[in-house]
Amino acid sequence: MNFYLLTLIKVAVVAGVFLTALAYLQWIERKVLAHIQLRPGPYRVGPHGLLQPLADVIKLITKEGFIPSHVNRFFYTLAPVLAVSLALVSISVLPFGPRIEVFGIETWMQLTDLKIGVLFVLAVSAVGVYGVALAGWASNNKYSLIGGLRSSAQMISYELPYAVAIAAPLLLLNTLSFREIVNAQSGYYFGFLPRWTIFQGPFPQIISFLIFLIAGFAETNRIPFDLPEAENELVAGYHTEYASMMFASFFMAEYANMLTVSLVATLMFLGGWNAPLPLPVSGFIPTVILVLVAAICFYHGAQPYRKWDRFTFPAAGIISLGLAAIFLVPILQPILLPLFWFIAKAGILLFVFIWIRGTLPRFRYDQLMHFAWTFLFPVAMLNLLVTGLMVALFGK
Amino acid sequence: MPNSYPEVYFPVVVQAVLAFVIAVALSSLSYLLGKRTRDKVKDSPYECGMVPVGSARERFSVKFYLVAIVFILFDIEAVFLYPWAVVYRELKMFAFVEMLLFIALVLAGFFYIWKKGALNWSQSD
Repeated sequence: MNFYLLTLIKVAVVAGVFLTALAYLQWIERKVLAHIQLRPGPYRVGPHGLLQPLADVIKLITKEGFIPSHVNRFFYTLAPVLAVSLALVSISVLPFGPRIEVFGIETWMQLTDLKIGVLFVLAVSAVGVYGVALAGWASNNKYSLIGGLRSSAQMISYELPYAVAIAAPLLLLNTLSFREIVNAQSGYYFGFLPRWTIFQGPFPQIISFLIFLIAGFAETNRIPFDLPEAENELVAGYHTEYASMMFASFFMAEYANMLTVSLVATLMFLGGWNAPLPLPVSGFIPTVILVLVAAICFYHGAQPYRKWDRFTFPAAGIISLGLAAIFLVPILQPILLPLFWFIAKAGILLFVFIWIRGTLPRFRYDQLMHFAWTFLFPVAMLNLLVTGLMVALFGK
Repeated sequence: MPNSYPEVYFPVVVQAVLAFVIAVALSSLSYLLGKRTRDKVKDSPYECGMVPVGSARERFSVKFYLVAIVFILFDIEAVFLYPWAVVYRELKMFAFVEMLLFIALVLAGFFYIWKKGALNWSQSD
């Protein structure tokens, strides 16, 4: 099949899945936060609020697209466009699974594999700071300016431990291409311990993984590092003067960055789509999990709290049972199992993002900067040197 | 399999164009669909209902500038780490000692900046 046509189809599929995932990530975040705080969360629009993202988009689009007269119009409109478009670009070099065959066409579950994939993702995320900084400056509002300044200083400060934390596993993997990074993490020690970089000898990269996650929280302006939009002191920080869909653009960019950070962490540290256990056993895990989900759904369907639970829970249970059956089809397994593990790992990381938002308070600004420069950066450097020494002494 | 440079980078270009189109469409849709009204209060900078005093183009703490300068220094160092990490398996101990010297020099500068108080945000300037 024509390479260019195939690329267009893949881009369309990836963009569609990614945007839907973004919309539902916001639904999941609201639901998880609500349940942490013992509230039901959105459940009026559609069963269990499942149509809430759609309703939100329609609401935001029909809101008044207002540009105040005191702003710098060009940069004010450029900022959200820059934020969203940069946040959506890095997905093009991230792989989701191995080489597969669909209808006789062999292709990788990845748009393209750059030899400098890791550098590309770092570069795009570094340029992402312009969206926030420009928004803060162009709004001509003191709160926005402070938010924008804080954000740019915070994002560049955490860029350093972020970059150094990625360099340490590269000492073990010796490549910048994401596809080869994942391949270098396949296989098992002693037949059960996966060779992911957080377990890989001679020096497991657990410290880098934690530093990467912490810096990732700061890069995406998430709690406990959401100083740029600290609502109880800065109103809303850099997007105070924005309205309707332009306002929502910044949130979309934030969620897209969150997703990218989780995917990169999965690829670099958690072995991408490699299963945590060798094949005959791990092949059944998705089915077992989905059957358990179905059992829980049927149980709650039998004891409904709300009027519609009697229908929505059994329906969800039947869907899970269907998925469980699909995972057992031998032809589909080479496609579905890697995807399942990849999505499961990234999903757990995204849940951690939301979980921390539900439990931690916000840093003070001097604590935030102090933490980045005098703790994270030296520790990341030390970890890098120790990794280097161990690989030089005991590496193959 | 795509091997030539145009073929490797073509998907990136397509994705970038699509991302830009999505971003522009999102921003302009609400501008086209929503109704718009203007009045004097709505047009003023939002400062929690207070009448804004002075311009927002104020002077700000020099600390932000310092952080930007220090960042550039150390980020260039971080970029050097990547090619080093890629060829590490072939050079081993030689690469380690070379990088140790380089990092020692850079970290000496880092501790100087630290002791000078450039990273101390709680003290007022």
